[in-house]
Amino acid sequence: MNKTDALIIGAGPTGLFTAHQLKLIGLNCEIVDNLDKIGGQCIELYPDKPIYDIPAVPECTGEELTDNLINQIKPFDIKFHLSERVDEVKKEGDNWIVKTSTGKIFQTPNVIIAGGVGSFEPRKFPVKECEKFENQSVFYSIKDKKIFEGKTVSIFGGGDSALDWAVELSKNSKVNLIHRRDDFRGAQATLDKVKELANEGKINLFTKFQMTGIKGENKLESIDIKSDDKELKTLKTDYVLGFFGLIMQLGPIANWGLNINKKTIEVDTEKFETNQKGIYAVGDICSYPGKLKLILSGFHEGALAARACFKLARPNEKYRFEFTTSSKSIKDRLGVKSD
Amino acid sequence: MAKITYITHDNKNHTIEVQNGLTVMEGAVQNDIPGIDADCGGGMACATCHVYVKDEWFNKIPKKEDGEEDMLDMAFEPKKNSRLSCQIVVSDDLDGLTVNIPSKQG
Repeated sequence: MNKTDALIIGAGPTGLFTAHQLKLIGLNCEIVDNLDKIGGQCIELYPDKPIYDIPAVPECTGEELTDNLINQIKPFDIKFHLSERVDEVKKEGDNWIVKTSTGKIFQTPNVIIAGGVGSFEPRKFPVKECEKFENQSVFYSIKDKKIFEGKTVSIFGGGDSALDWAVELSKNSKVNLIHRRDDFRGAQATLDKVKELANEGKINLFTKFQMTGIKGENKLESIDIKSDDKELKTLKTDYVLGFFGLIMQLGPIANWGLNINKKTIEVDTEKFETNQKGIYAVGDICSYPGKLKLILSGFHEGALAARACFKLARPNEKYRFEFTTSSKSIKDRLGVKSD
Repeated sequence: MAKITYITHDNKNHTIEVQNGLTVMEGAVQNDIPGIDADCGGGMACATCHVYVKDEWFNKIPKKEDGEEDMLDMAFEPKKNSRLSCQIVVSDDLDGLTVNIPSKQG
Protein backbone atom coordinates (compact mmCIF):
# COMPACT_ATOMS: atom_id res chain seq x y z
CA MET A 1 0.00 0.00 0.00
CA ASN A 2 1.34 3.42 -0.99
CA LYS A 3 0.50 6.20 1.47
CA THR A 4 0.59 9.76 0.21
CA ASP A 5 -0.83 13.17 1.12
CA ALA A 6 -2.44 13.53 -2.31
CA LEU A 7 -2.83 11.35 -5.36
CA ILE A 8 -3.06 13.11 -8.71
CA ILE A 9 -4.83 11.38 -11.57
CA GLY A 10 -3.45 12.69 -14.85
CA ALA A 11 0.07 13.80 -15.80
CA GLY A 12 -0.95 16.58 -18.19
CA PRO A 13 0.06 20.21 -17.59
CA THR A 14 -2.54 20.72 -14.87
CA GLY A 15 -1.56 17.56 -12.99
CA LEU A 16 2.13 18.48 -13.18
CA PHE A 17 1.66 22.02 -11.90
CA THR A 18 -0.69 20.80 -9.16
CA ALA A 19 2.10 18.46 -8.04
CA HIS A 20 4.45 21.46 -7.98
CA GLN A 21 2.04 23.40 -5.79
CA LEU A 22 1.57 20.47 -3.38
CA LYS A 23 5.31 19.96 -2.96
CA LEU A 24 5.89 23.67 -2.55
CA ILE A 25 3.61 23.79 0.50
CA GLY A 26 5.25 20.71 1.97
CA LEU A 27 2.85 17.93 0.99
CA ASN A 28 3.92 14.82 -0.85
CA CYS A 29 2.10 13.41 -3.83
CA GLU A 30 2.19 10.74 -6.53
CA ILE A 31 0.82 10.84 -10.06
CA VAL A 32 -0.98 8.12 -12.02
CA ASP A 33 -1.54 8.31 -15.78
CA ASN A 34 -2.84 5.80 -18.30
CA LEU A 35 -0.48 7.02 -21.02
CA ASP A 36 3.03 5.61 -21.15
CA LYS A 37 4.51 9.10 -21.03
CA ILE A 38 4.19 12.39 -19.15
CA GLY A 39 2.32 15.32 -20.72
CA GLY A 40 -1.28 14.29 -21.38
CA GLN A 41 -3.00 15.82 -24.41
CA CYS A 42 -0.06 18.21 -24.91
CA ILE A 43 2.23 15.30 -25.68
CA GLU A 44 -0.24 12.87 -27.22
CA LEU A 45 -2.35 15.17 -29.40
CA TYR A 46 -0.28 18.24 -30.20
CA PRO A 47 3.41 17.91 -29.24
CA ASP A 48 4.46 20.06 -32.23
CA LYS A 49 1.64 22.58 -32.27
CA PRO A 50 2.47 26.03 -30.93
CA ILE A 51 0.52 27.38 -27.93
CA TYR A 52 0.30 31.17 -27.57
CA ASP A 53 -1.63 31.74 -24.35
CA ILE A 54 0.56 30.51 -21.53
CA PRO A 55 1.24 33.56 -19.33
CA ALA A 56 4.76 34.93 -19.81
CA VAL A 57 5.52 32.35 -22.50
CA PRO A 58 4.80 34.02 -25.86
CA GLU A 59 5.00 30.77 -27.79
CA CYS A 60 5.77 27.14 -27.02
CA THR A 61 4.81 23.73 -28.32
CA GLY A 62 2.97 21.06 -26.33
CA GLU A 63 6.23 19.21 -25.93
CA GLU A 64 8.16 22.29 -24.78
CA LEU A 65 5.47 23.12 -22.24
CA THR A 66 5.63 19.57 -20.89
CA ASP A 67 9.43 19.64 -20.71
CA ASN A 68 9.35 22.96 -18.85
CA LEU A 69 6.80 21.68 -16.36
CA ILE A 70 8.87 18.54 -15.79
CA ASN A 71 11.89 20.79 -15.20
CA GLN A 72 9.93 22.87 -12.73
CA ILE A 73 9.17 19.82 -10.56
CA LYS A 74 12.73 18.42 -10.85
CA PRO A 75 13.69 19.67 -7.35
CA PHE A 76 11.00 17.44 -5.91
CA ASP A 77 10.89 13.71 -5.69
CA ILE A 78 7.58 12.86 -7.32
CA LYS A 79 6.71 9.30 -8.15
CA PHE A 80 4.94 8.70 -11.46
CA HIS A 81 2.87 5.61 -12.17
CA LEU A 82 2.54 5.54 -15.96
CA SER A 83 0.55 3.13 -18.14
CA GLU A 84 -1.84 2.66 -15.24
CA ARG A 85 -5.45 3.63 -15.05
CA VAL A 86 -7.20 4.37 -11.77
CA ASP A 87 -10.06 1.91 -11.66
CA GLU A 88 -11.50 2.24 -8.18
CA VAL A 89 -11.82 4.96 -5.55
CA LYS A 90 -13.40 3.98 -2.23
CA LYS A 91 -13.82 5.75 1.11
CA GLU A 92 -12.26 4.13 4.18
CA GLY A 93 -12.44 6.24 7.33
CA ASP A 94 -10.75 9.58 6.63
CA ASN A 95 -8.93 8.20 3.61
CA TRP A 96 -9.59 7.22 0.04
CA ILE A 97 -8.39 3.83 -1.12
CA VAL A 98 -7.43 4.01 -4.76
CA LYS A 99 -6.80 0.96 -6.96
CA THR A 100 -5.12 1.02 -10.36
CA SER A 101 -5.40 -1.30 -13.35
CA THR A 102 -2.11 -3.00 -12.42
CA GLY A 103 -3.31 -3.71 -8.91
CA LYS A 104 -1.43 -0.94 -7.10
CA ILE A 105 -3.23 0.43 -4.04
CA PHE A 106 -2.92 3.93 -2.60
CA GLN A 107 -4.17 5.32 0.70
CA THR A 108 -4.65 9.07 0.71
CA PRO A 109 -6.90 11.73 2.21
CA ASN A 110 -6.86 13.66 -1.08
CA VAL A 111 -7.51 12.60 -4.66
CA ILE A 112 -7.05 15.26 -7.34
CA ILE A 113 -8.55 14.40 -10.71
CA ALA A 114 -6.65 16.23 -13.44
CA GLY A 115 -7.90 13.89 -16.10
CA GLY A 116 -8.51 16.18 -19.08
CA VAL A 117 -11.19 14.55 -21.19
CA GLY A 118 -10.51 11.14 -19.68
CA SER A 119 -7.89 8.49 -20.11
CA PHE A 120 -6.38 7.65 -23.46
CA GLU A 121 -7.46 4.25 -24.74
CA PRO A 122 -6.82 2.61 -28.11
CA ARG A 123 -9.49 3.14 -30.75
CA LYS A 124 -11.09 -0.14 -31.63
CA PHE A 125 -12.58 -1.76 -34.72
CA PRO A 126 -16.16 -0.76 -35.45
CA VAL A 127 -16.97 -4.46 -36.06
CA LYS A 128 -18.55 -5.49 -32.77
CA GLU A 129 -17.55 -9.18 -32.93
CA CYS A 130 -13.89 -8.15 -32.62
CA GLU A 131 -14.46 -7.90 -28.86
CA LYS A 132 -14.79 -11.68 -28.70
CA PHE A 133 -11.21 -12.08 -29.94
CA GLU A 134 -9.66 -9.12 -28.15
CA ASN A 135 -6.37 -9.84 -26.38
CA GLN A 136 -6.32 -13.35 -27.86
CA SER A 137 -6.06 -12.77 -31.57
CA VAL A 138 -7.13 -9.12 -31.96
CA PHE A 139 -4.68 -6.59 -30.50
CA TYR A 140 -4.32 -2.81 -30.41
CA SER A 141 -0.73 -2.87 -29.19
CA ILE A 142 2.02 -5.46 -29.20
CA LYS A 143 3.63 -6.82 -26.07
CA ASP A 144 5.31 -9.94 -27.40
CA LYS A 145 6.03 -10.11 -31.11
CA LYS A 146 7.16 -13.74 -30.90
CA ILE A 147 3.58 -15.01 -30.91
CA PHE A 148 3.25 -13.90 -34.55
CA GLU A 149 6.15 -16.02 -35.85
CA GLY A 150 5.10 -18.24 -38.73
CA LYS A 151 1.51 -16.96 -38.55
CA THR A 152 -0.64 -14.77 -40.77
CA VAL A 153 -1.13 -11.28 -39.35
CA SER A 154 -3.58 -8.69 -40.75
CA ILE A 155 -2.60 -5.15 -39.84
CA PHE A 156 -5.03 -2.23 -40.14
CA GLY A 157 -4.06 1.44 -40.15
CA GLY A 158 -2.15 4.03 -42.14
CA GLY A 159 0.23 5.62 -39.67
CA ASP A 160 3.70 4.86 -38.38
CA SER A 161 2.60 2.11 -35.97
CA ALA A 162 0.86 0.13 -38.73
CA LEU A 163 3.73 0.62 -41.20
CA ASP A 164 6.52 -0.10 -38.70
CA TRP A 165 4.88 -3.31 -37.53
CA ALA A 166 4.11 -4.40 -41.08
CA VAL A 167 7.81 -4.09 -41.94
CA GLU A 168 8.97 -5.74 -38.72
CA LEU A 169 6.54 -8.66 -38.72
CA SER A 170 7.04 -9.38 -42.44
CA LYS A 171 10.41 -10.89 -41.49
CA ASN A 172 8.85 -13.89 -39.79
CA SER A 173 5.13 -13.77 -40.59
CA LYS A 174 2.77 -13.53 -43.52
CA VAL A 175 1.52 -9.94 -43.39
CA ASN A 176 -1.62 -8.32 -44.81
CA LEU A 177 -1.66 -4.54 -44.55
CA ILE A 178 -5.10 -3.00 -44.94
CA HIS A 179 -5.84 0.72 -45.10
CA ARG A 180 -8.91 2.78 -45.98
CA ARG A 181 -7.19 4.86 -48.67
CA ASP A 182 -4.15 4.87 -50.97
CA ASP A 183 -2.24 7.49 -49.00
CA PHE A 184 -0.43 6.65 -45.81
CA ARG A 185 0.59 9.19 -43.20
CA GLY A 186 3.71 7.44 -41.90
CA ALA A 187 7.34 8.35 -42.46
CA GLN A 188 8.31 8.30 -46.15
CA ALA A 189 11.25 5.93 -45.59
CA THR A 190 9.01 3.33 -43.92
CA LEU A 191 6.40 3.77 -46.61
CA ASP A 192 9.05 3.15 -49.31
CA LYS A 193 10.10 0.01 -47.48
CA VAL A 194 6.49 -1.21 -47.27
CA LYS A 195 6.05 -0.68 -51.02
CA GLU A 196 9.29 -2.52 -51.71
CA LEU A 197 8.18 -5.44 -49.55
CA ALA A 198 4.78 -5.40 -51.25
CA ASN A 199 6.46 -5.64 -54.66
CA GLU A 200 8.53 -8.56 -53.42
CA GLY A 201 5.35 -10.24 -52.24
CA LYS A 202 6.36 -10.10 -48.59
CA ILE A 203 3.47 -7.82 -47.63
CA ASN A 204 0.00 -8.13 -49.15
CA LEU A 205 -1.26 -4.60 -49.49
CA PHE A 206 -5.00 -3.86 -49.57
CA THR A 207 -5.77 -0.16 -49.89
CA LYS A 208 -9.24 1.40 -49.94
CA PHE A 209 -10.41 -1.56 -47.87
CA GLN A 210 -11.99 -1.68 -44.42
CA MET A 211 -13.02 -4.56 -42.19
CA THR A 212 -16.67 -5.61 -42.36
CA GLY A 213 -16.62 -8.91 -40.50
CA ILE A 214 -14.59 -11.30 -38.42
CA LYS A 215 -15.13 -15.05 -38.24
CA GLY A 216 -14.08 -17.99 -36.13
CA GLU A 217 -15.60 -20.34 -33.59
CA ASN A 218 -13.14 -20.81 -30.76
CA LYS A 219 -10.27 -19.24 -32.56
CA LEU A 220 -10.02 -16.55 -35.20
CA GLU A 221 -10.20 -17.94 -38.73
CA SER A 222 -10.77 -15.11 -41.18
CA ILE A 223 -11.79 -11.51 -41.70
CA ASP A 224 -13.97 -9.93 -44.36
CA ILE A 225 -12.84 -6.71 -45.95
CA LYS A 226 -14.73 -4.49 -48.35
CA SER A 227 -13.40 -1.87 -50.74
CA ASP A 228 -14.77 1.55 -51.62
CA ASP A 229 -15.98 -0.06 -54.86
CA LYS A 230 -17.88 -2.68 -52.84
CA GLU A 231 -15.42 -5.43 -53.68
CA LEU A 232 -15.49 -8.11 -50.97
CA LYS A 233 -12.57 -10.27 -49.90
CA THR A 234 -12.14 -12.86 -47.20
CA LEU A 235 -8.65 -13.15 -45.74
CA LYS A 236 -7.57 -16.16 -43.70
CA THR A 237 -5.70 -14.83 -40.71
CA ASP A 238 -4.40 -15.91 -37.31
CA TYR A 239 -4.07 -12.45 -35.82
CA VAL A 240 -5.51 -8.97 -36.40
CA LEU A 241 -3.81 -5.76 -35.32
CA GLY A 242 -5.56 -2.37 -35.31
CA PHE A 243 -3.58 0.88 -35.14
CA PHE A 244 -6.07 3.74 -35.15
CA GLY A 245 -4.48 5.93 -32.50
CA LEU A 246 -5.95 6.75 -29.12
CA ILE A 247 -9.24 8.19 -27.97
CA MET A 248 -10.12 9.75 -24.64
CA GLN A 249 -12.67 7.93 -22.50
CA LEU A 250 -14.02 9.10 -19.16
CA GLY A 251 -13.89 5.45 -18.08
CA PRO A 252 -14.21 4.38 -14.43
CA ILE A 253 -14.39 8.01 -13.14
CA ALA A 254 -18.10 7.81 -13.97
CA ASN A 255 -18.54 5.24 -11.18
CA TRP A 256 -17.08 7.16 -8.24
CA GLY A 257 -20.27 8.88 -7.14
CA LEU A 258 -19.29 12.31 -8.49
CA ASN A 259 -21.66 14.85 -10.01
CA ILE A 260 -20.90 14.48 -13.70
CA ASN A 261 -22.43 16.64 -16.38
CA LYS A 262 -21.43 16.30 -20.04
CA LYS A 263 -18.29 14.36 -19.20
CA THR A 264 -17.11 17.04 -16.76
CA ILE A 265 -17.12 17.00 -12.94
CA GLU A 266 -18.87 19.73 -10.98
CA VAL A 267 -16.71 21.51 -8.42
CA ASP A 268 -16.81 24.56 -6.16
CA THR A 269 -14.49 27.44 -6.97
CA GLU A 270 -12.90 27.77 -3.56
CA LYS A 271 -11.28 24.36 -3.24
CA PHE A 272 -12.20 22.80 -6.57
CA GLU A 273 -13.70 20.05 -4.51
CA THR A 274 -16.33 17.71 -5.93
CA ASN A 275 -19.45 16.57 -4.09
CA GLN A 276 -17.15 14.03 -2.34
CA LYS A 277 -15.00 15.45 0.45
CA GLY A 278 -11.31 15.06 -0.40
CA ILE A 279 -11.85 14.49 -4.11
CA TYR A 280 -11.01 17.47 -6.27
CA ALA A 281 -11.20 18.03 -10.02
CA VAL A 282 -8.99 20.51 -11.87
CA GLY A 283 -8.23 21.40 -15.48
CA ASP A 284 -10.38 20.50 -18.46
CA ILE A 285 -12.32 17.85 -16.57
CA CYS A 286 -13.89 20.22 -14.01
CA SER A 287 -16.86 22.47 -14.53
CA TYR A 288 -18.23 25.52 -12.71
CA PRO A 289 -19.95 28.71 -13.85
CA GLY A 290 -17.56 30.59 -16.13
CA LYS A 291 -15.15 27.67 -16.62
CA LEU A 292 -12.62 28.18 -19.42
CA LYS A 293 -10.82 25.17 -20.82
CA LEU A 294 -7.44 26.86 -20.85
CA ILE A 295 -4.17 25.51 -19.50
CA LEU A 296 -3.77 28.65 -17.39
CA SER A 297 -7.11 27.97 -15.70
CA GLY A 298 -5.89 24.50 -14.80
CA PHE A 299 -2.83 26.01 -13.12
CA HIS A 300 -5.01 28.27 -10.96
CA GLU A 301 -7.40 25.46 -10.08
CA GLY A 302 -4.52 23.17 -9.11
CA ALA A 303 -2.96 25.83 -6.88
CA LEU A 304 -6.20 26.22 -4.92
CA ALA A 305 -6.94 22.49 -4.73
CA ALA A 306 -3.41 21.95 -3.35
CA ARG A 307 -4.12 24.38 -0.47
CA ALA A 308 -7.38 22.57 0.25
CA CYS A 309 -5.44 19.29 0.46
CA PHE A 310 -3.30 20.70 3.25
CA LYS A 311 -6.21 20.75 5.68
CA LEU A 312 -6.99 17.04 5.24
CA ALA A 313 -3.37 15.92 5.05
CA ARG A 314 -2.20 17.95 8.09
CA PRO A 315 -5.32 18.34 10.23
CA ASN A 316 -3.30 19.52 13.23
CA GLU A 317 -1.29 22.17 11.44
CA LYS A 318 -2.30 25.53 10.12
CA TYR A 319 -1.49 26.42 6.52
CA ARG A 320 0.44 29.65 6.19
CA PHE A 321 0.57 31.46 2.87
CA GLU A 322 4.12 32.21 1.73
CA PHE A 323 5.84 33.63 -1.33
CA THR A 324 8.56 31.70 -3.17
CA THR A 325 10.63 34.91 -3.28
CA SER A 326 10.94 35.16 0.47
CA SER A 327 10.03 31.92 2.24
CA LYS A 328 13.00 30.03 3.68
CA SER A 329 11.05 26.78 4.00
CA ILE A 330 9.94 26.93 0.37
CA LYS A 331 13.52 27.61 -0.72
CA ASP A 332 14.68 24.63 1.32
CA ARG A 333 12.12 22.45 -0.43
CA LEU A 334 13.29 23.74 -3.79
CA GLY A 335 16.90 23.16 -2.79
CA VAL A 336 17.90 26.74 -3.57
CA LYS A 337 19.97 29.05 -1.41
CA SER A 338 18.17 31.49 0.87
CA ASP A 339 19.37 35.07 0.95
CA MET B 1 -26.07 32.74 -40.93
CA ALA B 2 -26.91 29.31 -42.31
CA LYS B 3 -29.52 26.70 -41.46
CA ILE B 4 -27.69 23.45 -40.80
CA THR B 5 -29.44 20.12 -40.37
CA TYR B 6 -27.79 17.52 -38.19
CA ILE B 7 -29.24 14.03 -38.49
CA THR B 8 -28.42 11.98 -35.42
CA HIS B 9 -27.94 8.23 -35.57
CA ASP B 10 -31.52 7.62 -34.40
CA ASN B 11 -32.66 9.45 -37.57
CA LYS B 12 -33.84 12.59 -35.77
CA ASN B 13 -33.38 15.87 -37.63
CA HIS B 14 -32.05 18.86 -35.71
CA THR B 15 -32.15 22.02 -37.79
CA ILE B 16 -30.52 25.08 -36.28
CA GLU B 17 -29.27 28.46 -37.42
CA VAL B 18 -25.53 28.72 -37.04
CA GLN B 19 -23.69 32.04 -37.15
CA ASN B 20 -21.18 32.68 -39.89
CA GLY B 21 -17.65 32.05 -38.72
CA LEU B 22 -18.55 29.27 -36.30
CA THR B 23 -17.76 25.72 -37.31
CA VAL B 24 -20.33 22.99 -37.91
CA MET B 25 -18.88 21.31 -34.80
CA GLU B 26 -19.44 24.42 -32.66
CA GLY B 27 -23.00 24.71 -33.96
CA ALA B 28 -23.69 21.20 -32.68
CA VAL B 29 -21.91 21.53 -29.34
CA GLN B 30 -23.48 24.90 -28.50
CA ASN B 31 -26.93 23.54 -29.24
CA ASP B 32 -26.53 20.28 -27.33
CA ILE B 33 -26.87 18.08 -30.38
CA PRO B 34 -25.76 14.63 -29.26
CA GLY B 35 -23.11 12.55 -31.01
CA ILE B 36 -20.40 15.12 -31.64
CA ASP B 37 -17.83 14.87 -28.86
CA ALA B 38 -15.14 17.29 -30.07
CA ASP B 39 -12.77 16.12 -27.34
CA CYS B 40 -9.86 18.28 -28.48
CA GLY B 41 -12.02 21.38 -28.84
CA GLY B 42 -11.51 21.99 -32.54
CA GLY B 43 -7.77 21.42 -32.87
CA MET B 44 -8.09 18.75 -35.59
CA ALA B 45 -6.34 16.43 -33.18
CA CYS B 46 -8.89 13.82 -32.12
CA ALA B 47 -11.41 12.89 -34.87
CA THR B 48 -14.36 12.88 -32.48
CA CYS B 49 -16.43 15.47 -34.39
CA HIS B 50 -16.67 13.20 -37.43
CA VAL B 51 -19.73 13.62 -39.67
CA TYR B 52 -20.94 12.37 -43.05
CA VAL B 53 -21.76 15.21 -45.43
CA LYS B 54 -24.74 14.64 -47.73
CA ASP B 55 -23.40 13.86 -51.21
CA GLU B 56 -24.93 16.89 -52.90
CA TRP B 57 -23.11 19.10 -50.41
CA PHE B 58 -19.77 17.31 -50.26
CA ASN B 59 -18.22 19.10 -53.23
CA LYS B 60 -19.77 22.46 -52.37
CA ILE B 61 -18.14 22.93 -49.00
CA PRO B 62 -14.51 24.05 -48.64
CA LYS B 63 -12.06 21.21 -49.33
CA LYS B 64 -10.10 19.34 -46.68
CA GLU B 65 -6.81 20.87 -45.67
CA ASP B 66 -3.63 18.95 -44.89
CA GLY B 67 -4.03 16.74 -41.91
CA GLU B 68 -7.78 16.27 -41.95
CA GLU B 69 -7.64 13.09 -44.05
CA ASP B 70 -4.93 11.74 -41.74
CA MET B 71 -7.18 12.30 -38.73
CA LEU B 72 -10.10 10.70 -40.55
CA ASP B 73 -8.05 7.48 -40.71
CA MET B 74 -8.71 7.22 -36.99
CA ALA B 75 -12.41 8.08 -37.10
CA PHE B 76 -15.09 5.50 -36.40
CA GLU B 77 -16.33 3.99 -39.69
CA PRO B 78 -15.01 6.63 -42.09
CA LYS B 79 -16.58 6.81 -45.55
CA LYS B 80 -15.91 8.74 -48.74
CA ASN B 81 -18.12 11.60 -47.55
CA SER B 82 -16.52 11.82 -44.10
CA ARG B 83 -15.42 15.19 -42.74
CA LEU B 84 -14.34 16.61 -39.41
CA SER B 85 -17.06 19.10 -38.50
CA CYS B 86 -14.55 21.35 -36.71
CA GLN B 87 -12.98 22.07 -40.10
CA ILE B 88 -16.18 23.21 -41.83
CA VAL B 89 -16.62 26.94 -41.26
CA VAL B 90 -20.17 28.20 -41.63
CA SER B 91 -21.01 30.92 -44.17
CA ASP B 92 -24.17 31.99 -46.02
CA ASP B 93 -23.18 29.57 -48.79
CA LEU B 94 -23.73 26.66 -46.45
CA ASP B 95 -27.41 27.44 -45.88
CA GLY B 96 -29.24 24.12 -46.05
CA LEU B 97 -26.19 21.93 -45.35
CA THR B 98 -27.11 18.52 -44.00
CA VAL B 99 -24.74 16.25 -42.11
CA ASN B 100 -25.23 12.79 -40.62
CA ILE B 101 -23.71 12.03 -37.25
CA PRO B 102 -22.21 8.51 -36.96
CA SER B 103 -23.40 6.01 -34.35
CA LYS B 104 -20.26 6.58 -32.31
CA GLN B 105 -17.20 8.76 -32.29
CA GLY B 106 -14.85 5.98 -31.21
